[in-house]
Amino acid sequence: MSVRTLEVDGRTITALEGQTVFSAAWDSGIRIPRLCHLGGLSEAGACRLCLVEIEGQKKLQPACLTKVAEDMVVNTATPALLAHRRLIVELLLAERNHVCAVCVLNGACELQDLAAQLGVDHVRLRPQYPSLPVDLSHERFGLDHNRCILCTRCVRVCDEVEGAHTWDVAGRGRNSRIISDLGEPWGDSGSCTSCGKCVQVCPTGALFSKGRTVAEMRKDRGFLRYIMTAREKKLWIS
Amino acid sequence: MDEIPQTAGAAHDEREQILDRAMARHHNSGDALIEILHTAQQLYGYLPAPLLKKIARRLMLPPSRVLGVATFYHLFRLEPLRKHSAVVCLGTACYEAGGTELLEGLRQHPGSGDWSVASGRCVGSCGLAPIVICDGRAMARVTADKLEARLREDHDRGSTGTDAGH
Repeated sequence: MSVRTLEVDGRTITALEGQTVFSAAWDSGIRIPRLCHLGGLSEAGACRLCLVEIEGQKKLQPACLTKVAEDMVVNTATPALLAHRRLIVELLLAERNHVCAVCVLNGACELQDLAAQLGVDHVRLRPQYPSLPVDLSHERFGLDHNRCILCTRCVRVCDEVEGAHTWDVAGRGRNSRIISDLGEPWGDSGSCTSCGKCVQVCPTGALFSKGRTVAEMRKDRGFLRYIMTAREKKLWIS
Repeated sequence: MDEIPQTAGAAHDEREQILDRAMARHHNSGDALIEILHTAQQLYGYLPAPLLKKIARRLMLPPSRVLGVATFYHLFRLEPLRKHSAVVCLGTACYEAGGTELLEGLRQHPGSGDWSVASGRCVGSCGLAPIVICDGRAMARVTADKLEARLREDHDRGSTGTDAGH
């Protein structure tokens, strides 16, 4: 496979042909923020946090869906991009009910971490306060729609890794919801194998293990890499 | 579990066979999902859950994706059409003239049980905003009172036995 050379934030980096700008940058230690990307899963381009500027292109491009090209010049952290990212995080926080103080994942939440990292100390937008249900019908896990940011990691891990495709997104726009099977309660889903992969990949407290109270939930972020290297390379790296 | 609806009084329901044939024509391919949902809705008037389940099974798709697609497009209905229909225009002019309040009012109205309420985008007569299309006929410069009168009119007509529907 041939090698491509490109410039990211003033640094010259090399990447393999076909690699995305996102993964090439991360390989070189340039951490582009993300919420929907997760190594081992397909890309969704859902969160728009990895938008970058590419010289010669008017529009911002999601780094996770943009393939590297020779002599590409990419900027990942210009003042304009940082302002956009802050706004995106504020939009996410305003859209549903992200109340960290009463969230199981307080202290270990990717959305919370990102907000802190970007300096989002308040939300300038009017919160929507939607009245959303919490599905506690599953024996071991819970789904709190109030915390969901529709990154679709759960949908993809269930489809691509577990193979069950219990989850999907129904509706559109502000009415979009994660659903299991034909919209029945999670606990009644015939296809769910109760493997819990969706719970571990969920970046927020939307999917959680039962029996955890505020700030007690911690997610296993390494398990997917373990499974994927085992599956693809027959190497069980623990 | 609910059954796929059957035609009342008919010896046998041909609709299932027609749907089966439509799916076979598409080689039961998941790529034809939207096409098949259209056919199913034409046959049954709406998409009940057991029907979605059957389609998912036949096209070898996860049920959640089938419901996801059916709920993404406004054209697909998951509930049967009621006796009457009201489409509230929410194009820019009607929106500005209070279309959303009319829509909400109609949805909350205790007498709207016979009405399938939906919203639409710009019917092309912005000078008459806000517009509500009741049973295929446009009402111009609609107010809450006008809607109220229209609903009552149909209710009264319904109670005297004349068919107000279509």
